[in-house]
Formats: sequence, structure tokens, C-alpha cells
Amino acid sequence: MNIDDMPGALAQAFPDHPDQLSRLHTRLAAAAQQDGVLDVAYRVIDSPVGPLLLAATEQGLIRVAFALEGHDAVLQSLADKVSPRILSAPGRLDAAAREIDEYFAGRRHTFGLPLDWRLSAGFRRTVLSHLPEIGYGHTASYTAVAQLAGSPKAVRAVGTACATNPLPVVVPCHRVVRANGSMGGYRGGPEAKRALLTLEEAAA
Amino acid sequence: MTGKQPFESVVSAHGSTVLRVCRAILGPADADDAWSETFLSALKAYPDLPADANVEAWLVTIAHRKAIDVTRAAARRAIPVAEAPETPSAVSGALGGRPPGGQAPGGWGRDPEGGGLVADDDLADALTRLPAKQKQAVAYHYLAGLPYADVAAILGGTAEAARRAAADGIARLRRSYPGAGAGRAAALTTAGRAAGRPAAPRTASKEASP
Repeated sequence: MNIDDMPGALAQAFPDHPDQLSRLHTRLAAAAQQDGVLDVAYRVIDSPVGPLLLAATEQGLIRVAFALEGHDAVLQSLADKVSPRILSAPGRLDAAAREIDEYFAGRRHTFGLPLDWRLSAGFRRTVLSHLPEIGYGHTASYTAVAQLAGSPKAVRAVGTACATNPLPVVVPCHRVVRANGSMGGYRGGPEAKRALLTLEEAAA
Repeated sequence: MTGKQPFESVVSAHGSTVLRVCRAILGPADADDAWSETFLSALKAYPDLPADANVEAWLVTIAHRKAIDVTRAAARRAIPVAEAPETPSAVSGALGGRPPGGQAPGGWGRDPEGGGLVADDDLADALTRLPAKQKQAVAYHYLAGLPYADVAAILGGTAEAARRAAADGIARLRRSYPGAGAGRAAALTTAGRAAGRPAAPRTASKEASP
């Protein structure tokens, strides 16, 4: 008898059970939420601009990320900056997913989600907090946003704030364009920015 | 900046191994509870885990303790039952209560022309019914792939004692299920490894030798 066979047969006697693991994962996320140790919950939703990663702390939505950014890299960054207690837990993102769906359907013009701003600080955060003042279907130049934020000369810093917006789509940095009318850069790529502006133009 | 990966990755990487270990130690009925307790407890402690820790050994260590908790809780629940249940319970299994040479439950030998077919469920049951230390050594080494030094750290005692317990466990399983040593098992081993299943450690054959 080949003495290596029993260990092999043992491995075979305990096959993987994907359904059971998936059920256990759901149960774990619920227990973690209940015990207050689910520091970051996330889910990925489909959208007209590709899959969007949504992540939320107990305070609120903390991150929206395009596929272009690399969702794994974004999750690692959340682990480093917020907490490694991160689980895929769609429940906490239900409201965010619904509002974003409504936005892409053209039925929602403003978001009412609680936001966790901790990934953005100082002047950048000031800039981002003013962006919802640019109404749906409108655009503003980087210069105009600098004025809105109370620092008319900080045009370049406005560009940086928009480029590092942790909550794109929901905090509408896509409405900030160059003074000459060209679009300027975007975290989700120029196509995504154009798609959002086109959507808002059509539905406004 | 900790550099620690998101806990979701830990669950993805080790969830199935820990479930296999829980099923081996406790049987299918109580494995879910032990798995859940293990990962909830691990999630709580995760931020404090040293960055260079062996995550799998850490998880198996937690699972080992949780399995003991689940076994004790089940034993407390079982006290009012007057008659022994027909089927071997997870409790007696976990405590190694089934006498050696006891009749195999289930379908072993159902297929008279099977030529040494492995009844996988039966083999899983048989492992669950091994004496505790043998079962733990076999599960942690062969199912979780931990080296005997890590198994010894979990069980107490020396690596040599852990190796011996695993070898005794394998020998006992082989006596109960001689068919498991036949040709099909070898084919399964190959297939399992080809499918990316975590293989037993490379030195398994030598170490398993009594």
C-alpha cells in the first residue's frame, strides 16, 4: 500500500463547500456589524461608468472608487488609513447603492447620504464640501471653485482636491471643468467624466 | 500604515481551510458555529496581530480553542439525554469517545464491486471519531498543512509527539478503512492537487510512516 494515499484521501474527504462558505461569510458580516467591529464594509455595484466600489464606515460612505483605480489597491489603502477590519458586507451600502442607481437613472439630482470625510483634510476638504453648490447639470471652472472655497488664488489646489476626491460621483467633482470649457482630468478617466456630464445634461 | 491586508482577504484565503478543520474536529453539525466564532474572534484581534505572523497558524489556533468551547457547550446540552444517540455525535467524536474498531457508519462497503472505493463521508466521520489528540494532529498537519512544530505549539508537547499522534491517527484510519489506501485514493490525491487543493506537506509520506 502506498503510504501517501491516506492523507490524499483525507483531503478529498473534506471538499470545498462554496455555498456554505458564502453563507458563513454573510453570518460573519452580520455578527461583526452587531458587535461593532465591522470598521469598513464594502460592496461593488455595476454602473454605466463601470463597476463602482462603495465603502462605508459606521459614520457613513467613505469611498467611491472606479475600476480604473484598482479596487484591491483601494481596499488596501483603506486598510492602511482607516482599519484592516474590512469585509464585503453589502447591507451597509444598500442606501448608497440605491441613491447611486437613481442618479444614473436620471431620477436623482442630489445625494442625501451620510458621508465620512476622514480621507480628506484641510483645504481639500473645504473645496470638496463646496462642490454640491454646483447644481446638477451645471459646471464650474477651477477658478470659480477656488473663489467658492474662499481662496481665489488656489486654483491649482482646487485641481488637486478634485483629483483626490475620495467620493467621486456623490461629491460632484466631475462638474469642475477647465476655464476654456475642456473637461480636465478625472479619477475615473475622461470617458467617465464625459458620461456623467452628458447624463446630467440630458436629465436636467 | 500597517501594511496589513484587508480582513476580507484573510477570509478568502483561509476560510475553506478553517472550515475543513472545524468539520474534521467537530463534524458537520457544529462546524458552522466554530467557524463563525473563529473568524469573529480573529476579526476583533486582527489589528493587533503582528504583521509578520503566520495567519493560517493563528487562525487554526483560534479554531482549536473555539472547537473546545463548542464541544463543551454541546456536552452541557447533551447531559439531560438519557440514551446514547444512534449515530456518533459530534461530542463523542470530539472527545474521541468512540471505541476503536467500532462499526463504520454509513455506506462503507455498499459497493461490493467498488474495489477499494473511498467512501469520503465515512472517512471524514472516522477522522472526527479519532481520539482527540490524534484527530487534532491529523487535521492541523494534513488538512491545514501546518508543520509539526506549529501543531505542537497548538497542542502542547513536542513536535515529535505531534508527529507521532498524527502517524497513530493515520494508522488507525487505515485500519478502519483499508480501502482508502487503494488505487482510487492515489488518483484522487493527484486530482485534488491538480485542482489547486492545498496539498499535504511535501514530506507527508515520510512523516506519516509509522
